[in-house]
Amino acid sequence: MNALLKKIKLYFPLIKSLQTSLLLLTGVAGYLSAHNGVNWAHFGQMLPSLFLAISGSTILNMWWDQDIDAKMKRTHQRPTSAGKVTRREAFYLGMAVSILGVSWAVLLNGLYGLVVFAGLFFDVVVYSIWLKRRTCWSIVWGGISGAMPILAGRVLAVGQIDAIGALLAAAVLFWIPTHTLTFSLKFAEDYQNAGVPTFPSTYGEAFTRFAIALSSVVAALTMGLAAVWIGVTAGTLRLILVLSAGLFFLAATTVFRPSERVNFSLFKYASMYMTFAMLLIIP
Amino acid sequence: MKLSSANRTLLFGAGLLAAYQIVIGIDRMEAEPIAAYTIAFGALLVSALLLIILGFDALEAPAVGIISTIIPLALSLGLIWQYAAAWRGAYLLFAVGAFLAVTLSRAAPFANSIRVALIALAHGISGMVIFLLPLLSAAQAKTHPMFALAGAGGALIGIGGLLLSFLKAGKPITSKETALKIFPAIFFFATLCFVIGFKYR
Repeated sequence: MNALLKKIKLYFPLIKSLQTSLLLLTGVAGYLSAHNGVNWAHFGQMLPSLFLAISGSTILNMWWDQDIDAKMKRTHQRPTSAGKVTRREAFYLGMAVSILGVSWAVLLNGLYGLVVFAGLFFDVVVYSIWLKRRTCWSIVWGGISGAMPILAGRVLAVGQIDAIGALLAAAVLFWIPTHTLTFSLKFAEDYQNAGVPTFPSTYGEAFTRFAIALSSVVAALTMGLAAVWIGVTAGTLRLILVLSAGLFFLAATTVFRPSERVNFSLFKYASMYMTFAMLLIIP
Repeated sequence: MKLSSANRTLLFGAGLLAAYQIVIGIDRMEAEPIAAYTIAFGALLVSALLLIILGFDALEAPAVGIISTIIPLALSLGLIWQYAAAWRGAYLLFAVGAFLAVTLSRAAPFANSIRVALIALAHGISGMVIFLLPLLSAAQAKTHPMFALAGAGGALIGIGGLLLSFLKAGKPITSKETALKIFPAIFFFATLCFVIGFKYR
């Protein structure tokens, strides 16, 4: 029992619990945004299947990126890069968890399973293995994979890929650069040392800040449009508007008065924004 | 100065109360006061979130003087619109003019005495409106007596706004440490008073 607990404690950091929780929340929000009652049998299976698929892809990312993680100050303490979990162990664990999650998702609903698989495929194969070390535009594919949980949740609830699902996915897709690009600004040196191309190293800081501001504006507009279409109350819409205004304000400040402090606050605020936006589209 | 857990909790509470007010507390009003209150409580909410993220460092931002002016101006505009209809046009002009003047004085190389005077004028008038209008409305039985609490909230937010604005203008009313120590509590109780007061309007 003790050995098992030790293993779980060792493996837990492999799944990036905060990121996984936020993605899982987007899946829940996508499901509940349908406002057509909760099928508890579906919902109860969506949570673990999505959790396993997201966790599996995160573990596989750590397996693949072990060498670059070891070169970066921010990530060198991760279990794989610190040598606490071997690459082989991470690979087998990631594959097992991924297969379990995707299989469960496919058995639950074919289309839902396909979207969950697409998220995993785009994240591990397209983003991490194929593009991350080649081009800074890899984040677009990382964004697409990050948008899959909310689409998956919506698909499971409505049985098809509808316009609202696509809008919600687009909102997450456009929000992700706000998150990842502020990160790449903060840890630009780290990424450079690891040889990972980023927007700051390819196009410079000013362009990166502009891209962050633009993606924030588009993400907030898309989320607002999705919220209107979902039919949230006027009060909820007001709150989304206010939170979006905060995002615009910080994004504009990063362009016109750039500083480490503004960059950090935008990074944190963007996470809060997405969490609140997800909670607000749930009835 | 580090933000304590208690202060963080107070700010989070203030943020939640402001969010509640935006979603539920200002429903069933005319469009204009809804817009004014949304701006006021929205500025309160975003300020609370930024304070939670950055701690008191957030107060170093140049925009603080402007944001701390938006809150009382927008709140007082909403109150005038609802409870002193005859003054709507004139007060709208004052609110927009005061906001523009304070913003301009912070963006352009104005003398500090002018900045301070503009802040004092904007906060002084809007603060009096927020403090007195709910009290008078409640005293004259135009509203529920509990609406007077919104006036108490006005007094608190007025004190908070003045503390911050004068601190930013380089003419602190009290020491920076004291101002920062009491600010989250002022923020929370002011928002609480507003929410309760508006519930009984």
